[in-house]
Amino acid sequence: MESLTNRKKVVSDKPMTLWEKIYLPAIISGMLTTLRHMFRKRKTIKYPEEIREFAPVYRGQHVLKRDEQGRENCTACGLCAVACPAEAITMTAAERERGEEKLYREEKYAATYEINMLRCIFCGLCEEACPKEAIFLTDRLVPTYFERDNFIYGKDKLVESLDERIDITKRQHTGKRTQI
Amino acid sequence: MDTALLIEKSILVVLLFLVSLGAAAYMTYFERKLAAWIQDRVGPDRAGPFGILQPIADGVKMFLKEDFIPAKADKWLFIIGPGLAMFTALITSAVVPWGPKLHLFGRDIALQVADINIGILYVFGVISIGVYGIMIGGWASNNKYSLYGAIRASSQMISYELAMGVSAITIVLLSGSLSLNAIVEGQREVWNVFYQPVAFLIFFICALAELNRAPFDLPECESELVGGYHTEYSSMKLGLYLFAEYTSMFVSSAIMAILFFGGYNFPGMSNFSGNTLAILCIGAFAIKIFIFIFVIMWIRWTIPRFRFDQLMHLGWKTLLPLALVNLLATGLVIAFKNGWF
Repeated sequence: MESLTNRKKVVSDKPMTLWEKIYLPAIISGMLTTLRHMFRKRKTIKYPEEIREFAPVYRGQHVLKRDEQGRENCTACGLCAVACPAEAITMTAAERERGEEKLYREEKYAATYEINMLRCIFCGLCEEACPKEAIFLTDRLVPTYFERDNFIYGKDKLVESLDERIDITKRQHTGKRTQI
Repeated sequence: MDTALLIEKSILVVLLFLVSLGAAAYMTYFERKLAAWIQDRVGPDRAGPFGILQPIADGVKMFLKEDFIPAKADKWLFIIGPGLAMFTALITSAVVPWGPKLHLFGRDIALQVADINIGILYVFGVISIGVYGIMIGGWASNNKYSLYGAIRASSQMISYELAMGVSAITIVLLSGSLSLNAIVEGQREVWNVFYQPVAFLIFFICALAELNRAPFDLPECESELVGGYHTEYSSMKLGLYLFAEYTSMFVSSAIMAILFFGGYNFPGMSNFSGNTLAILCIGAFAIKIFIFIFVIMWIRWTIPRFRFDQLMHLGWKTLLPLALVNLLATGLVIAFKNGWF
């Protein structure tokens, strides 16, 4: 049979020769192998001093984006909640009042928007479903808490603040379908 | 008795005690580092620069742990076990000649605690007592795994001591003396390993078995016996067992250097004299000991463990006949050289 890989090895159970029975040559070759390893480059990353970079496609804590004028993109259409396989997202919609044009981009907005981080599986389907480019997964980590309540993230934690915009360009350019 | 001699020997004993313990402590650090390097890791590096305070941290940890004695254990034997192991590991170094005489304060100070004329017999006697520490500990624990470890240790010790003794006798034949000092002095020109490579190999393999080091670490093999003879031990009692293992490793390396690698002799030593020579000799001896320790650790992290029947097979059917044939050949050559009686 033709082999699928080039790593195929034929094994045999023929009796050992005297040379093999002495074992010493095999032991010495084994020791040379370990000696070579002693001088290899270490693979360890010394964590607190050295932090490994995330992959560009890393999916961490979500962010609700604002547009260039600082208005929330989300219109509470609910597509992300429908797409979510873990059913982690809930929201309530509200209509924009007169005078709130600077806060919300469209006439409808999310009055509350909650993601349960214990349910979330960080699959990124919400991001994919979003028609308004409002929700993105970032390279930030969700920290641990002692209370379950703390894992339900509301708008206070999810919406980016005006002074500290979250960079999501990596997510826009990798693994996303091209805009039609 | 001469008071100056008493003071001199006391200082030497205390110094030797501290050096043995210090060496054993830092061998644990070195072993962990070496294991890490062989496995492409970094090893302990958090306690102090490069982790050099790790042994101290480990020692403190050992002392602060709960000292537990199992309810069904034989209390006194349980306590005596680790003490005996440590005691025998420490007293072996009494006959080791660390260097030629040092001239200080108008006195010739021998760098050897006791220059007894049966040094090699003393070493073998003490080493065979060493197994009692393990046996008593394993028996007193009242635990199956501990008992298995103890049984394995004793049978292994009996099997390998024979071949070890026979290969040491070839060295005694060569040098014509049982005193370690005389054996070292006899190797000033040529080291014994060049006359007796086979005896050295047998001795080295047997020493690994006597030390319970891999590939002969069956008395404490984790995969079968939990912890072997020290399964039930905790706190500093466990620490003493582990310490004793490293101390005996240090002393065995010294003994191997003495019997086969010329002890404190080094090439080109005729160019020096007096105290300079003595200090250089101590340095050369230390380097030899270090190389032996390195090789023993290197072997541990390379070779897998023997199965028990393979261990017995190797000891009785291979090493012992080989050692006897080697002894016979050596005896014949010496007799031939001396004109047949």
